[in-house]
Amino acid sequence: MTQPLQPHEHVVIIGTGQAGVQMVDSLRQNGFTGPITVVGDEPHTPYQRPPLSKELAGSSSIVPLPLRPEGFFDQAETQALLGVEVTDLDPQAKELKLSDGGRLSYNRLVLATGARNRDLPIEGADLQGVHGLRTLDDAENLHTALSEAWRVVIVGAGFIGLEVAACANKLGKEVTVLEFADRPMARALTSSASHYVAAAHTETGINLKLGEGIASLQGQHGKVTTAVGSSGEQYPADLVLIGVGVVPNTELAENAGLKISNGIAVDTQLCTSDPHIYAVGDCTTFPNHFTGGPTRLESVQNATDQARYLGALLVQGNDDDAGYRELPWFWSNQGGVRIQIAGISAPGDEAVLRGDPETGKFSVLCFRDGALAAVESINAPKDHMAARKLLVGDTSSLSREELSDPETDLRKLAKSIR
Amino acid sequence: MPRITYHQPQGSQQTIELDEPAPLMQTALRNGVPGIVGECGGQAMCATCHVYVREDYLDQLPEKSEDEEEMLEEVASPFDERRSRLGCQITIGEDLEEIEVDVPESQV
Ligand SMILES: Cc1cc2nc3c(=O)[nH]c(=O)nc-3n(C[C@H](O)[C@H](O)[C@H](O)COP(=O)(O)OP(=O)(O)OC[C@H]3O[C@@H](n4cnc5c(N)ncnc54)[C@H](O)[C@@H]3O)c2cc1C
Ligand code: FES
Repeated sequence: MTQPLQPHEHVVIIGTGQAGVQMVDSLRQNGFTGPITVVGDEPHTPYQRPPLSKELAGSSSIVPLPLRPEGFFDQAETQALLGVEVTDLDPQAKELKLSDGGRLSYNRLVLATGARNRDLPIEGADLQGVHGLRTLDDAENLHTALSEAWRVVIVGAGFIGLEVAACANKLGKEVTVLEFADRPMARALTSSASHYVAAAHTETGINLKLGEGIASLQGQHGKVTTAVGSSGEQYPADLVLIGVGVVPNTELAENAGLKISNGIAVDTQLCTSDPHIYAVGDCTTFPNHFTGGPTRLESVQNATDQARYLGALLVQGNDDDAGYRELPWFWSNQGGVRIQIAGISAPGDEAVLRGDPETGKFSVLCFRDGALAAVESINAPKDHMAARKLLVGDTSSLSREELSDPETDLRKLAKSIR
Repeated sequence: MPRITYHQPQGSQQTIELDEPAPLMQTALRNGVPGIVGECGGQAMCATCHVYVREDYLDQLPEKSEDEEEMLEEVASPFDERRSRLGCQITIGEDLEEIEVDVPESQV
């Protein structure tokens, strides 16, 4: 049972990413008038991450897109400590230690610590010319390096790796993508969608090597020159981007004795194992209504919707709240290929096509136990928007024949089951 | 110099001059103009960069893409068939040198 915030309570938020900033906004929008402090270790005015991997080609420099207009924290009467890391959390004393030597007491604490890139434990990973992409600083380094590079090797055909590959290709670089699995984005996409995207990238000239892991990186004078695949094949490279996923920033919570399970574990009301500490966004593992189990998601939708939910809950308290249960959705933009996902597909789902991949516009409908559970749309925004409506309703009465017929108006159908 | 004037629902206004072509949404966030959220970073995915274009500029606007048409159906403030547009899909400084828009009451 979440007690509503009293006006004298001090709320502290750790992290100034999408979730942390939305948290400030939502607390104020719901009418909380008490003190708020937000602490983030990145020195920059909070910015949006998604453009960083999509807008590497075209502009002469990276101009960050702020998460909120300048002056937001002042207007929200929020103390923002930027460039400051929280180094210790003491849940008994309800106190934080900061990297600048300061201390902060809280009544309620929100962990919005996000995730960081997963390290690749291979020889040569620390050579010059080897990059990752998570932060604005990373993007600036990568952007500069791209302007001087000729041969680009990307390790990992996930969303970010392929978005960067598409940008580098557009810049006229020779691009090779090494992917250990037999298809790209295998964790998130059905094989129909993933094979389509693979073919689309290959057609634009990207050398997509599937079933090829990375064995090591070789260099000269401290600078990378070659990526060696698990097959033994050598790929010349003057720039390597490692895009093999992220790990959640859970150390602070873990050291404080909070329950961890892949991410910081929370209940349906986003409360951790300590009743005064909550968690939102990429760092959080929550009971997901749509997968039926504990899930950690990495998306703007998840970060903002969780913060919105928690902001309202903390201000208003809850009597018969069903918990956080917003529909997950996600997008990626890879050169000319626009991927939009509504819901979450699972390995056993039955995939049914809606539309013809030959036209470059289609959706993959995923059925679980006979009912529509997720929709992946390729260059088909209409299907995606309708799917977001359909999937929050009861889809069990809808047949796959009806749903997969491109003549069926999905938007109308969504209205009929609501 | 290309410029954008944003009118707030309460009547105040801000005019931003552009050094290089830029979309309405991005220009607002980078210059401290309130009321435009831009949650998807300009990908026509979130409908939180809704603006109403003022009459004088309507016939100079680029056509709406299918993405934009779809997202406009989702805006939080009343949809205006003629004047409603997504701020991330209209770039000023290329074909269009100047524009005035009204920022809606709410975006979410
Ligand atoms: C290049 C790129 C492209 C992306 N594209 C898309 C996309 O197209 N669509 C989509 O939906 N999602 C996309 N994402 C994912 C999306 O950006 C994230 O899901 C979202 O930013 C998560 O927000 P968050 O606030 O939970 O975490 P983060 O944005 O990671 O923010 C957490 C912040 O907390 C800080 N922090 C951590 N520990 C501490 C500490 N102890 N003290 C102080 N500060 C701390 C971190 O440094 C960070 O600034 C992309 C991500 C990247 C990197
Ligand atoms: S910024 Fe998301 S639709 Fe324009």
